[in-house]
Amino acid sequence: MKTVFSESPLLQAEGIEKRFGRVHACNDVSLDLYPGEVLGIVGESGSGKTTLLNILSGRIEPEAGVVEYAVREGGMRDVHQMGAAERRMLMRTDWAFVHQNPRDGLRMNVSAGGNVGERLMAVGARHYGQIRDTAVDWLQKVEMEAGRIDDLPRTFSGGMQQRLQIARNLVTRPRLAFMDEPTGGLDVSVQARLLDLLRGLVGDLGLAAIVVTHDLAVARHLSHRLAVMRRGEVVETGLTDQVLDDPQHPYTQLLVSSILKA
Amino acid sequence: MTAVQSETPRAEADSGYNFAYLDEQTKRMIRRAILKAVAIPGYQVPFASREMPMPYGWGTGGVQVTAAVIGSDDVLKVIDQGSDDTTNAVSIRSFFVRTTGVETTEKTRDATLIQTRHRVPETPLSEDQILVYQVPIPEPLRFLEPRETETRRMHALEDYGLMHVKLYEDIAHHGHIATTYAYPVKVAGRYVMDPSPTPKFDNPKMNHSPALQLFGAGREKRIYAIPPHTEVVSLDFEDHPFEVQQWDNACALCGATDSFLDEVIMDDAGKRMFVCSDSDYCEERRAAGHVGEEGVPL
Amino acid sequence: MYVAAKGGEKAIAGAHRLLAEERRGDPAVSEIGTDQISEQLGRAVDRVMTEGALFDRKLAALAIKQAAGDLIEAIFLIRAYRTTLPRFGYSEPLKVSDMRARRRISATFKDVPGGQVLGPTFDYTHRLLDFALEAEGGARDHSVELHSAATGDALHDDPGPMDPMPRVLDQLASEGMIEDSEAPAGDVVSPVGDITREPTEFPADRDVRLQTLARGDEGFLLAMGYSTQRGYGRTHPFAGEIRMGEVTVEFMPEELGFPIEIGEITITECEMVNQFKGTATEKPKFTRGYGLGFGHVERKAISMALVDRSLRCRDLGEEAGAPAQDEEFVLSHSDNVQATGFVEHLKLPHYVDFQSELELVRRMRAEFDAAQEAKEEIAKPEAAE
Repeated sequence: MKTVFSESPLLQAEGIEKRFGRVHACNDVSLDLYPGEVLGIVGESGSGKTTLLNILSGRIEPEAGVVEYAVREGGMRDVHQMGAAERRMLMRTDWAFVHQNPRDGLRMNVSAGGNVGERLMAVGARHYGQIRDTAVDWLQKVEMEAGRIDDLPRTFSGGMQQRLQIARNLVTRPRLAFMDEPTGGLDVSVQARLLDLLRGLVGDLGLAAIVVTHDLAVARHLSHRLAVMRRGEVVETGLTDQVLDDPQHPYTQLLVSSILKA
Repeated sequence: MTAVQSETPRAEADSGYNFAYLDEQTKRMIRRAILKAVAIPGYQVPFASREMPMPYGWGTGGVQVTAAVIGSDDVLKVIDQGSDDTTNAVSIRSFFVRTTGVETTEKTRDATLIQTRHRVPETPLSEDQILVYQVPIPEPLRFLEPRETETRRMHALEDYGLMHVKLYEDIAHHGHIATTYAYPVKVAGRYVMDPSPTPKFDNPKMNHSPALQLFGAGREKRIYAIPPHTEVVSLDFEDHPFEVQQWDNACALCGATDSFLDEVIMDDAGKRMFVCSDSDYCEERRAAGHVGEEGVPL
Repeated sequence: MYVAAKGGEKAIAGAHRLLAEERRGDPAVSEIGTDQISEQLGRAVDRVMTEGALFDRKLAALAIKQAAGDLIEAIFLIRAYRTTLPRFGYSEPLKVSDMRARRRISATFKDVPGGQVLGPTFDYTHRLLDFALEAEGGARDHSVELHSAATGDALHDDPGPMDPMPRVLDQLASEGMIEDSEAPAGDVVSPVGDITREPTEFPADRDVRLQTLARGDEGFLLAMGYSTQRGYGRTHPFAGEIRMGEVTVEFMPEELGFPIEIGEITITECEMVNQFKGTATEKPKFTRGYGLGFGHVERKAISMALVDRSLRCRDLGEEAGAPAQDEEFVLSHSDNVQATGFVEHLKLPHYVDFQSELELVRRMRAEFDAAQEAKEEIAKPEAAE
């Protein structure tokens, strides 16, 4: 596996622990992610996968364990030991976060162009014409009409809002994307087109991604590697095809068979 | 000029109250906030604003700042909308006359301390002057993000992308930046600041001004400052640079073409004229012999 | 043997006697007359008339006296009395442009035809307690002021003919700078609703919204309006015109077929000018917010105009999300008679409901304990191993 990707990991998590009251949301979770690799985290709701995603992306603190990220300047940095300013900089340049509900990731009272341009302006872009050109370019990349650049997000369909959220996140060409059920809440046909688009973008940009989903079809379509979570623990990891076609852990077997029956 | 020690009330001041209404402890607290504000240009310093004998939103912040810095030898000018004779200016001036007995003036040149609402005087200020602004909403990010916890974090992290998003939206919808007053500025290359609801026409006057500029927001409990000779840049885009308002008309009374003009409706038929908003500037020009279209020589 | 508390009737009679005593206060102090309330606590009377939705100074003064100065209670009394009044019909629309204004200000233009008239206002007073008022007869002699007015000092106290006062917003309208206040001629205008006769349905139209706001609690509307100024649904307001004074009320009896003047009332009106940036199909222009109340109720009229404009977000295609833009939230909670009734009903006996809850919580606690014990039983042998 590692031979496919670069030798050193982009993100590394070791011994992550997190409890909410009596619920053990993450129990000694460790994982690596290599540049350009897409890791799917699958499991039922309540398995701790969204909590894990939030810990990996620095949005919540773990009780124990370390998350390290290979910053552009070189070297591994502890995500939770960084200053707030540095982490915020990372969030608006090198990282992307795609929420399940596009309303959580978009500014609903700002036009499509303004949504896409915000990250550029946050890192110092001060030429209106160039910001706009880049926004048009990205709308086209996510297969949206450039003519709708000045429309507000609420005038778009759910699928279009999700494309807009993706464009807004990828405009600074991040190296790592965190995605929380990126196609959840969309119609099946819309989902399929969005998945194709995402797969294309990830490939073109050489983007590494961690995709949390309860939907094994989404996981199969997008990820190179899978981690199966149950009650806060990673019960099985491996190449996507291997895990889905020849599951080893009884829980994975149950998960795969229930999907096949459905 | 400005005494920052305790003052003995003059004979003509109302002896029932301390000099400038506030007690000395409160004044010291406000002065500490002012000193901090001067040390960190454009940063909003929280202060324990007091209830004042005028309503919130009517200049309580400016009044507290003025009360904290005024001394018995100061010469006070108070303007509202550029003019000394507007009702609120008259009210605040009479408050300080009553509680300090200081000399007042309508002449910008003669004042050592000027409290203003919505304008910067047209006459250039000097190093011997302090300009105190009344501020309703000190937070430049407020209308983009209503929560104080979040805006303070954005200032701390210098996370000002959203401010440019607002300007971007203006250009996208109108072809130009549609903010005409309270136009955001960056002070000393660090903090984005609300210049109070002055027309953007006045923004350039704040840049490298030799006078000390103090901003007081009573209801929102914030004080901020622009020290003398500090860079104040109006936010813009390279291809949509900051511009100030311009008029097709000259002042109808003094003929000025370089001042901010107020529109006055003359009759029911919609006849209107334009006159200087800065009444002292207009007066001074007329005294020097300038006459506008509707004016008469003084 | 235990006997549960009875004798509610006697207790109530006693409580009312105590209330009457408390209202009267020390009998050595002379009793306040309703004429004194009407003349000297005029702003309280105005608020009670506005929110009570009945223009009658005498009745409002009586209600304030009876309510011992509790204005919401007084409003409640007026509303309840209002229910008993026969209804003759609707008056003709008020001609506010013809108001004999005692106060008229515009914050948008330095000077306007008819002038800025400050009139009686707390504005620009310094809020310093005037201890002269404390001493009986210590207040400045009003007749002296009238006298100085007669010498020409106070121009607008002169009851002679006034300068015409065209509405400030009409000036903007003549340039097309502001939206029309009336539906264009030829438009089908649906009849004006009446919230005292029909239950409010959501979404509500502006007529119904304005009626509800006019009766709405001043404090609630003040807070809602204030929140829009602080960024929770900003509307860029300017007080285009505020006027207070007397207007004639006209009524058209069906048998006559033409309107006759039936009297004069005092009202306060606020016309707010708000920014609107336009859309792809519409030119940028100013929009309106409107506030109106009986008597001199400026705070109420301004707050109402702010909230009216906020609630128009849907009509104007604005992104809505702030509390003041939520029509159901605002309209359902603005009425203080409704609100005080329901909030204070918590004082009523709820013994039966509470008994049921008590029983449930006891049962759940017992179940919790049982479950804990069972768990510990299971854990014991493991621990021993």
